[in-house]
Amino acid sequence: MEAILNPWPWYVSGPLLAGILATMLYLGKTFGFSSNFRTICAMGGAGKFSSFFDYDWKQDSWNLLFLVGTVIGALIASQFLMNDHSVILNPNTEAALKSFGLLGNADSYVPGLLFDSENIFKPKILAVLIGGGILIGFGTRYAGGCTSGHAISGLSNLQWPSLIAVIGFFIGGLVMTHFLMPMIF
Amino acid sequence: MKNLSFLFTGTLFGIILTKSQAISWYRIYEMFRFESFHMYGIIGSTVVLGILTTLFFKKTGQKDINNEPITFNEKNKSIIRYLAGGIFFGLGWALVGACPGPLFALLGAGYYTIIIVIIGTTIGTFMYGLLRDKLPH
Repeated sequence: MEAILNPWPWYVSGPLLAGILATMLYLGKTFGFSSNFRTICAMGGAGKFSSFFDYDWKQDSWNLLFLVGTVIGALIASQFLMNDHSVILNPNTEAALKSFGLLGNADSYVPGLLFDSENIFKPKILAVLIGGGILIGFGTRYAGGCTSGHAISGLSNLQWPSLIAVIGFFIGGLVMTHFLMPMIF
Repeated sequence: MKNLSFLFTGTLFGIILTKSQAISWYRIYEMFRFESFHMYGIIGSTVVLGILTTLFFKKTGQKDINNEPITFNEKNKSIIRYLAGGIFFGLGWALVGACPGPLFALLGAGYYTIIIVIIGTTIGTFMYGLLRDKLPH
């Protein structure tokens, strides 16, 4: 039981995620999560503004079910399968976070400075959350996939475009972490 | 019945993401600082086993649940859209510490304020739809 309640190491989690990829292929679908945002836009009537959203979104409703499952699974895991949400970090990472004021509650997956309800409507924090979301949403459709579609499905199929996209993910992530975040926080 | 299988697979995905700490903002930050092997281990082992699975399915001509050939979503050959789109994505990924799957897993794990990022992501997707014809692909 303790093995389930403790955080799962990478060599358990990674193979299980490969199992998700194999299951989705067997179910006749491509494992790619971010397409759901296109579906959500299409459901909301965005087809009136762009032909990109003007399609029969119901054909992608299976992916929305996967999305609902993801929410349910995280709920089950956090309610019944874990003792707490603490993450043991590299001491160097902790020191850097402390200097930005981002090292929050130890029993949380996210820093309070960004996600506590009393902070989210501060103009700067709101700009970070909405702006970060826009970058993800815009980037993932421009690149044609996210971590699941490119880094997992695409690299597993040895596709060059996915390797280029993943290199892009890391260029963007490194620039944000090392150059932009010290300016923002 | 088939719909239930997507719901169920998604549920397993949500459990794995949450239990592996892959949805933790801190894990993403640590990854981009190269100060932990954890995320590289997860993604790396997923991809290695994913490559073997994909090769196995192709070699054996494995059929899917409907007895149809398994198709792989081949992408168009281009650099600019993948590189530029990827960089935009990466900037956002590092800032909010979550990619699309984990955004919804965080919601399920009780981090309700993540809904603001989800709204932003939907806006960003909509913006792409508006600008698509003007962007180099």
